[in-house]
Amino acid sequence: MTRLSPARIVLYVISALVLVYLILPVLIIAPISFSSARFLTFPPPSFSLRWYEQYFANPAWMQATRVTLTVAFFTVVIATPLGVAAAYAISQSKLRIMRIIHMALLLPLVVPIIITAVGIFFVYAKVGLVATLPGLVLANVMLGLPYVVISVLAGLQSFDPAQEMVARSLGMNRLRSFFAVTLPQIKSSVVAGGIFAFISAMDETIVALFISGGQYQPLTKRMFTALRDEIDPTIAAISTLMTAASFMLVLLASTRQKRSG
Amino acid sequence: MTITVPDPSQKHQRREHGLMLALVSPALLVILALIVLPVGWLAWQSIYHDGFTLENYRRVFTEDIYWRSFALTFEISLAVTGIALLLGYPVAYLANSVPKGWSILILSLVVLPFWTSVLVRAYAWLALLQRTGVINQLLRYLDVISEPLALVHNTFGTVVATVHILLPFMVLPLYATMQKIPGDLMQAGASLGASPSLTFVRVFLPLSLPGVLAGCTMVFVLCLGFYITPELLGGGRTVMVSMLVSRNVELYNQFGAASAVAVVLLVSVLLIFLVVSRFISLDRILGQK
Repeated sequence: MTRLSPARIVLYVISALVLVYLILPVLIIAPISFSSARFLTFPPPSFSLRWYEQYFANPAWMQATRVTLTVAFFTVVIATPLGVAAAYAISQSKLRIMRIIHMALLLPLVVPIIITAVGIFFVYAKVGLVATLPGLVLANVMLGLPYVVISVLAGLQSFDPAQEMVARSLGMNRLRSFFAVTLPQIKSSVVAGGIFAFISAMDETIVALFISGGQYQPLTKRMFTALRDEIDPTIAAISTLMTAASFMLVLLASTRQKRSG
Repeated sequence: MTITVPDPSQKHQRREHGLMLALVSPALLVILALIVLPVGWLAWQSIYHDGFTLENYRRVFTEDIYWRSFALTFEISLAVTGIALLLGYPVAYLANSVPKGWSILILSLVVLPFWTSVLVRAYAWLALLQRTGVINQLLRYLDVISEPLALVHNTFGTVVATVHILLPFMVLPLYATMQKIPGDLMQAGASLGASPSLTFVRVFLPLSLPGVLAGCTMVFVLCLGFYITPELLGGGRTVMVSMLVSRNVELYNQFGAASAVAVVLLVSVLLIFLVVSRFISLDRILGQK
């Protein structure tokens, strides 16, 4: 099987090319962000931090960064407990309606995001949530919920509910037994779900394009507008920082998941 | 047997049901308020404007600009799905046939871009493909071309970047399905005298078809609703359905028309899921992150 047949060599070459295609765009951004050139030249003429300086010195970019981090933080704080409670109920209850509820909670992954975005825009316009922080947070909670639910449901699959029964038969009430027995065992999947919700909120662009405005515009909306107008290497600096943040978070999430087995 | 006394276990069970519904209701409320209600609103708005009307749908189905956009979106989605399958299948096959350490490395490279913002990747493709971009400079340096090629701000650039974003959604279900194909089946084929390529075509390929279907469905459906990539890389000429929706809202204030387009798009997506779910379970499509 391991003998190198011509077909096997073709397979290796094609796969290698596809993998290069996959990672090349991710790798190209960092060198651009450290280039001194105003216009895109590759390889960069000399090393410079000027685009990072431009980013950190620009009040508009800083305000957008604050909005993104605030929204992502509150998204995690709200979506994680809601998602954990829902996943727990879905996995423990024998009610038939739970199957439908489970599907409903995955809707944000099924409905094309542009449709969700326009719909939310119309509803927000009626209730005065357009261009507000709570409006952004609520939309991102909805978008982040499926990640928490999927992650925690996977964690609960390997958990034996009889353990919680034992704790309760020993006199703990339901809530205490959940926090003392169940939660510690699914902690990694909860953390992973929360991290995915954070990344989802940090990267979310389309809903923000429609519902955010004024001083409450997240980073992605400003980046999108900037990209449509001209290609400013400041975007490369921001992109590099965002990518680094995402990767660190994913690494954190996956090491946690691994520890739980 | 008739029960006259309330059964304590039944009462317990009712309390249990109540608790579970209470636990799931906050999340459900968020979903109802922020996706079910908005989408319902769109549907309502598409047929009601000072009275019931089908005018918006008449426009979507008869006017050229809408028709062409839907046709183009389906064409691009088909092309993207086909290319993603051609590129994704070998990678999934390789990941499935090499030792564990290598397959982890290959799959990591596949999901690595997954965790980079779509916006960041659109920027990267602009940097790579534009007239003064990396690819054009390289090709000119190598004397392959004398004039820069128009690689972006057209359908080509859109497809290149879209396939890049959707490829993981193809590779992961393919790999998951291939993992479940028993290796001894291939050996059985070989021991019965079939050549490796014949074993592949007659045994492995048919068994991997559920993964092909799952991956193709996901890529096709996601592509139908793609917005950021065609908007930034299409150069205004590649007007996909999602851009039609956003332009009708942002530029022309045609809320009714935008809603009708959105409803037609959503119905197409749901129909595809419905048809596919007759062959494979939806969990299989959505289960992969």
